[in-house]
Amino acid sequence: MKPVKDVGIIGYGAYVPRYRLPASEVARVWKNGEDVLPVHEKSVPGLDEDTATMAIEAARSALQRAGVDPQLIGAVWVGSESHPYAVKPTSTIVAEALGIVPNTLAGDWEFACKAGTEALQASIGLVGSGMARYALAIGMDTAQGRPGDALEYTAAAGGAAYIVGPAEEALAVFEGSFSYVTDTPDFFRRPYQHYPQHGSRFTGEPAYFKHIQAAAKALMEELGARPEDFTYAVFHQPNIKFPQQVAKMLGFRPEQIKPGLLVGEIGNTYAGSSLIGLSATLDAAKPGDRILLVSFGSGAGSDAFALRVTEAIEERRARAYLTREYVSRRKPIDYGLYVRYRRKLHMH
Amino acid sequence: MGIPAYWRTRAQRYALVGEVCHKCGAKIFPPRDVCPECSRPASDPFTFSGRGEVYSFSTIYQPPEGFEEFVPYTVAIVKLEEGPLVTAQLTDVDPAEVHIGMPVEMVTRKLREEGEEGQIIYGYKFRPLLRNTLTPRPSGQAA
Ligand SMILES: [Zn+2]
Repeated sequence: MKPVKDVGIIGYGAYVPRYRLPASEVARVWKNGEDVLPVHEKSVPGLDEDTATMAIEAARSALQRAGVDPQLIGAVWVGSESHPYAVKPTSTIVAEALGIVPNTLAGDWEFACKAGTEALQASIGLVGSGMARYALAIGMDTAQGRPGDALEYTAAAGGAAYIVGPAEEALAVFEGSFSYVTDTPDFFRRPYQHYPQHGSRFTGEPAYFKHIQAAAKALMEELGARPEDFTYAVFHQPNIKFPQQVAKMLGFRPEQIKPGLLVGEIGNTYAGSSLIGLSATLDAAKPGDRILLVSFGSGAGSDAFALRVTEAIEERRARAYLTREYVSRRKPIDYGLYVRYRRKLHMH
Repeated sequence: MGIPAYWRTRAQRYALVGEVCHKCGAKIFPPRDVCPECSRPASDPFTFSGRGEVYSFSTIYQPPEGFEEFVPYTVAIVKLEEGPLVTAQLTDVDPAEVHIGMPVEMVTRKLREEGEEGQIIYGYKFRPLLRNTLTPRPSGQAA
C-alpha cells in the first residue's frame, strides 16, 4: 500500500519504565527455580505509571525530535490493550498534555500487540491523503500475565510514539506498507477479566509465524525487495526465540535484527513491542539504510512497513533520549515488590 | 477538589503551563492573577521547560488520605530553571538517593486515583534528570 502523497516519520520517542523483574524471580516463586526462561528480565511500571503517562513521555520525545507546532498535529491515536479507563480515551489525555487539543482527531486503537502499528497505518493514510499535516501514532502497554502463567515471565511495559508527516520533512520515508489479518483465536481476554487466555502451542505456527511471514513476503514482493536489501529488520518480539526464528525463515541474518531486539532485556511490551524495536533501530541507523518492520497482534494479524532513512536522522536523533537510555536505566526488583507494584495485593 | 476543579487546572498539572508577566518578564508558576514580582495583573501562558533542581525535600511515611499506596515517597521543593519554586512529589528515585541540588526533570504521572470507580488524577512530578547533555525541552509561549 502507498498513500497518494509520500509520507514518513518526522519524530519518534521511546519509553520504558525503570523497574525490572528478572525471569529467574518468577521461576523461583512458581517453578522451584527450574524452568526454561523466555527472557532475561522484563520491565515493570511504577505505581504512578500507566499507558497514558508512558505515552505522554514517548510522545514528548517524538515532538521534540519533530520540532513542529503541536497545533498542526491532526490526529492522536494510542494503540494499547491496557488503556487506563474502560470508557474514556487515553488519547485525549495525551493530546491535552502535549498541547495538541482541541482541533484534532483523537482515539484509542485495540488489536492486541498490533494496535500501535494499526494506528501507524492509519496515520500514513490520513497524512498521505492530505487530511492532516501531521499525525501522532503510539503503541504503549502495561501488560499483565496471570500469576504463575507462562506470560508472567514476559508481559511487560513500554512502547514508542511516532509523528508521521510529509516525506520532505521525514527522518525516514515509508516506501510502502501491507496488512494481513485472519480470524484466529490464539489469545484473547473477555470483558471484566483481568488476565488473557492463550492456546499455548497454537500461538506459534498458525498465528505468529503465518501472519508475519505473509505480511513481510507480500510487502517485499510489492516493492521488488529481498531480505538482503534491508539494513535492518524488526519483528514483533513476544520472547527471544520467535523473532529470531521468523527472521531466519524469511532469510534475514541475525545482525539485521540485532539493534531492535530488546525483548530479552525489557520483555514483551505488547502494542509497544515492534514499535520500540523500531525506535532502537532508528537510534542506530544511518542515512540511506532501509528498515523492514513487521508487527503481530493476536486475533490475528500483521502490519508490515518498509522505511528508508534520510539525512535528517542524525540531528533529530540527538534532540531526545535514546531508547537504550531507558533500557539501561534499570532497578531490579524481587517478586514481592513486583506483586505490590502491579497491585496484585488486596489491601481491603 | 471535585471534577470541575481538576479539569480547570489540567494544563498546569499535565505540562507545567504557567505564565510570563508581560510587564517585567517574570516567569510565574502556578498561574495567578497578579505578578508576584511587580504586582501588575498577569499575564500570558508560558510552558516551563521542566528542568530544575531539588531545593529542599522531605520523605513521607505518614501520608495524607489518598496517597497511602505510594509510601515511602519524597516531596520536594524544586527550583525551576526559569526561577519559580514548585512543590511536587519525586518519582523513579529511592528516598536515600535524593539530595539538595539534584538535577531533576518534570514527568507527567498519576497523582492519585479517586477509588476504584473514580477518576484518575494526572499531574507533574519530578525525577532525576536522565542525561544533562541533552538540549533542554524548548520552553516558551506555546499553551
Ligand atoms: Zn511582573
